[in-house]
Amino acid sequence: MISKTVNNVAEALEGVHDGMTFMLGGFGLSGIPENAISELVRLNIKNLTCISNNAGVDDFGLGLLLQKKQIDKMVSSYVGENAEFERQMLSEELEVELIPQGTLAARCQAAQQGFPAIYTPAGYGTEVAMGKETREFDGKMYVLEEAFKADFAFIKAWKGDRAGNLIFKGTARNFNPVMCGAAKVTVVEVEELVEPGELDPNFIHIPGIFVQRIFEGKDYEKRIEKRTVRTVV
Amino acid sequence: MLDKNGIAQRIAKEVKDGFYVNLGIGIPTLVANFVRDDIEVEFQSENGILGMGPFPIEGEEDADLINAGKQTITALPGASFFDSALSFGMIRGKHVDLTILGAMEVAENGDIANWKIPGKMVKGMGGAMDLVASAENIIVAMMHTNKAGQSKLLKKCTLPLTGVGCVTKIVTNLAVIEVTEEGFKLLERAPGVRVDEIIAATEGKLIVEGEIPEMRL
Repeated sequence: MISKTVNNVAEALEGVHDGMTFMLGGFGLSGIPENAISELVRLNIKNLTCISNNAGVDDFGLGLLLQKKQIDKMVSSYVGENAEFERQMLSEELEVELIPQGTLAARCQAAQQGFPAIYTPAGYGTEVAMGKETREFDGKMYVLEEAFKADFAFIKAWKGDRAGNLIFKGTARNFNPVMCGAAKVTVVEVEELVEPGELDPNFIHIPGIFVQRIFEGKDYEKRIEKRTVRTVV
Repeated sequence: MLDKNGIAQRIAKEVKDGFYVNLGIGIPTLVANFVRDDIEVEFQSENGILGMGPFPIEGEEDADLINAGKQTITALPGASFFDSALSFGMIRGKHVDLTILGAMEVAENGDIANWKIPGKMVKGMGGAMDLVASAENIIVAMMHTNKAGQSKLLKKCTLPLTGVGCVTKIVTNLAVIEVTEEGFKLLERAPGVRVDEIIAATEGKLIVEGEIPEMRL
């Protein structure tokens, strides 16, 4: 067993500095790396580029980094629900690159799996494809999209073992597995860190080879963005 | 004339036994309420679930179980979870049978615009561009005209496009319309709506052939 365990979030984030590009897992506030985000706020590193499907809300998730103006550029598919984000975007303090959600996932996965680029039909004929190479396959048009290049990927999993094997829970899985191994260093925080052998190898979602550092996170808030319930008649 | 629930109710008739269906935010979400309960259908939400169930009852909300609109949901027996790459893989790979989404504008050649209004805060396209570029069966649910009374069924979209030549059918408060190579084709009228009213509310080329039946809900 090759151990990937580090003691705490400070050790896990060793080596991060100003101007880096980060990938952050999560969809909305579900499955976001809460501990890594708190540590990035504490370290107060600046001029960051963040690749993340969303940008959090004003006082949680990536919104915390936006409040402290640590982010120069966001690469996302959907960025509503965040007034400070909107203010920075409209005042051009923040650069925003909006890309289709499936393309975001594919560009992460391409980086993870060694493809320099992939062809996707998404965005063909729209402003998303402007300036990009296009090609026809079997009568349909596709856009060439390049693999992301990132320094760190910050991942949230449900359970993991010391070897870095991971299991995700529910729809908190989302972008987390596709960002593992897609950056130079993959840092994973889990709700429950267990010994090797405790997780059934048949049910591992991401093998430890894609992970460099793993630690057990603390004090998960797991905030719900849109609590919606039905009334039972 | 139909209200939003009426549009959803009419679209629900397009959902067939054995279909995997992706529902967009807004009117499309309401479609799930009207699908016949004697057929087997699974709803996909692109953030990573097949077999999505209704909203949870109070006290059972789970931060790890949401839909693409970030609302808390439930998972039905037989449901599965997957990552975002696989989710869009099943969309791009045409494994999802029907996609229902809203639109700001649709053109007579099937172009759709539904993500950006120049000069206004742009929130992003989310999964819409992937869905419209990949799915073969795309139904648009929308009002026939905008708040200013202008037609949303146009010769050519004026807003930035989400996808080109992709919409197959449109269900509005006034009509059911098919997108053909020759333009919009009127299939059904909403209850109490006359053909001339639909023609007047449609800016793009509208083909009207023979007697147009009133839609059944």
